[in-house]
Amino acid sequence: MATASTITAPENTAEPGGTIAVAMSGGVDSSTVAAMLRDQGLKNGVAVIGLTLQLWDQNRLAGKPGVPEAPKAGRCCSLDDVYDARRVAETLDIPYYVVNQQERFEQDVVRPFVNDYLNGRTPIPCSLCNNHLKFDQLLLTARQIGAERIATGHYARNEYDPARGRWILKRPADRAKDQTWFLFGLTQQQLAHTLFPLGHLTKPEVREKARESHLPLADKPDSQEICFIPGGDYKQFIANYLEEQGQPMPDSSGELVTTAGRPLGAHEGVHNFTIGQRKGLKLTSPNPLYVLQIDRDSRKVTVGPESELNTAVLNVHRLNWISIPGLNEPMRVQVKIRHVHEPSPALIEPAGEDRVRITFDEPQRAITPGHSAVFYDGDEVVGGGWIL
Amino acid sequence: MRRVYMDANATTPLLPEVMEAMRPYWMEHFGNASSIHQQGQRARTAVDQARESLAEFFGCHAAEVVFTSGGTEGDNTALFGLLHPGDHMITTSIEHSAVLQAADRLGRDGITATRVDPLPNGLIDPMDILRAIRPETRLISVMLANNETGVVQPVEEIGRIAAQTGVFFHIDAVQGAGKVPIDVKKIGCHILAISGHKMYAPKGVGAMFVRKGTPVDPLLVGGSHERRRRAGTENVPAIVALGKAAEIAMHGLESGAMHRVAALRDRLEQGILSQIPGTGVNGAGAPRAANTSNIWFDQVESEALVIALDLKGLAVSGGSACHSGATEPSHVLLAMGLDKKRARASLRFSLLKTATEDDIDYALDVVVTAVGRLRELAPAVEPALAETLAETLI
Repeated sequence: MATASTITAPENTAEPGGTIAVAMSGGVDSSTVAAMLRDQGLKNGVAVIGLTLQLWDQNRLAGKPGVPEAPKAGRCCSLDDVYDARRVAETLDIPYYVVNQQERFEQDVVRPFVNDYLNGRTPIPCSLCNNHLKFDQLLLTARQIGAERIATGHYARNEYDPARGRWILKRPADRAKDQTWFLFGLTQQQLAHTLFPLGHLTKPEVREKARESHLPLADKPDSQEICFIPGGDYKQFIANYLEEQGQPMPDSSGELVTTAGRPLGAHEGVHNFTIGQRKGLKLTSPNPLYVLQIDRDSRKVTVGPESELNTAVLNVHRLNWISIPGLNEPMRVQVKIRHVHEPSPALIEPAGEDRVRITFDEPQRAITPGHSAVFYDGDEVVGGGWIL
Repeated sequence: MRRVYMDANATTPLLPEVMEAMRPYWMEHFGNASSIHQQGQRARTAVDQARESLAEFFGCHAAEVVFTSGGTEGDNTALFGLLHPGDHMITTSIEHSAVLQAADRLGRDGITATRVDPLPNGLIDPMDILRAIRPETRLISVMLANNETGVVQPVEEIGRIAAQTGVFFHIDAVQGAGKVPIDVKKIGCHILAISGHKMYAPKGVGAMFVRKGTPVDPLLVGGSHERRRRAGTENVPAIVALGKAAEIAMHGLESGAMHRVAALRDRLEQGILSQIPGTGVNGAGAPRAANTSNIWFDQVESEALVIALDLKGLAVSGGSACHSGATEPSHVLLAMGLDKKRARASLRFSLLKTATEDDIDYALDVVVTAVGRLRELAPAVEPALAETLAETLI
């Protein structure tokens, strides 16, 4: 059967006194969380401190191809964001600290990100960061410095269900901002120490609260890009990173082929492709062609018509369970396979050690190895895993 | 909540006497020391008096004192002002970045630098300096006391090597000033830089000793101030304050104030070592500035410990803050041969000269508790994510 998370006692209930550490990114959401908790704390005596994780040095690859000499402003982990977070903490009059987690971020997020692409997968660095930095290292640091709980600006809800004896992660009030897909890896232990104060609010309400609290960044735009790739050009980032590390780009060039195996042309490396990609194939064809499959071993990238992008069955591994301790028998759920995907009805069933088979009722477009598949039961997150 | 400040090597508060001395020079005696009129003369007198105090502090002529904006300017002036393309300089790997990064910059202009590593106890071996000397060596730059460990370097021996080999000698005395007696004649240096805010004077003021005849080009040009060695209108109130702080520091050194601080520091150190297992002193066995103690704590990240202690009212420091305010492992401790883990597990306590027995008791109490908590929560083994990742290409 699939592995279960450890079950912990409900420590996350409101208690008098105590300290909450807010993970502050310098954006509107986490800043508003800090403001809300500070206001509550003035009434209930809970102390609030601000923490920012310094994850990546934006100057590191500066000046390399495609990267400006001086990094762009307003990106995650940039000095501007640290400045913004600090200004918010000063406005709220709460203690504020920057915690250096650059080595851990590189080891647990950046290198796996590069590895995934080089192996023909399409990674989600935000989920890795949540699992290994925000809800692991940050929580540890918070507890070490005397804070029992952390709070973040994620749009999600987290409630303890005494009947099941489990912490339940739920979709937020603002469905458009739902971030539960990125949070499926949270353990019961982590959920027990985590608050998501924005789970009941919509983004416009959050911006309104930010304005009411006189936060200087109420109108700051949302960040969309991968935080350590300000320009968004991941291929250039991989090339620059490997060069900085003194490692040659592994040669994964090969052929573009049809589903029947007929060669259509050459490609320069599997990391240039993602499932469902249409642009940049450099092929002429009467009908549009899409990437259907990437095989690192044979270096073959299979392309075909859009109709063949749809798949009903897939396998996931490295599972984490939230609303249930584990999966023993088939279960009807809704499954979400990318950030913009609406959860779709499917059957999940155990398929060996730490592995689950998903069968969608309707075939889904562009199922992407390296991404995660998250199982929902209505609003609740049942669990999830990484697509094989 | 009670707050105890043990980060004197980062900065110090003004002493009340220093504050009083500078007070009239903001509004009442506001003149420009270069002006001919009475207001100007009043300011000039104040600057000259401070210069006399600094001359006594350094053991030099008043004409050899140059006021600056602080330690970084003094260090930068020594390197940029003395070196020319083709020159070689010798410094150490434990210097402040005001020296190390100036040397890096000069590297672009064809000036090479040898960075001598310390012994494991933090001391520079003068013989290593001697061995690094080349025909084109023009400057030796070594600090008096290290900011992180407090280790006091054998500058007199290095001064003799400089004299014998005909090489200029610069001393970054920012951390030594006020803690160790300074006598530039005994040391035999050509330039020595100090900073006001490390010795109970304000931030933004400092001073250099520049031995008469030393051909150092000014860093700032634009006026005949400071005998053309440093342009810019004198910061009169801050200079007055620095003069007063230097007088007080000299008096303190003579009357044994540092012995009292050393006794407090030793009690703190012994208390930590005896009450917390898995600890040790970085720089143990070397002569150290009386107020500084750098201690490693096994299984602890100093970054978290610094925050935990701050929230309990104790201000200390670990490593050096990088641009964002996050902590980097100390380059000084790494140069002494500590591994990254231990360097990251090290904390610097630097006592003010006004520290009390109560401060030590308070610090001991909160440090013992905080280290206990951190160790309790420390992950037993670093989770090896790499194992869960399939193929590994890089």
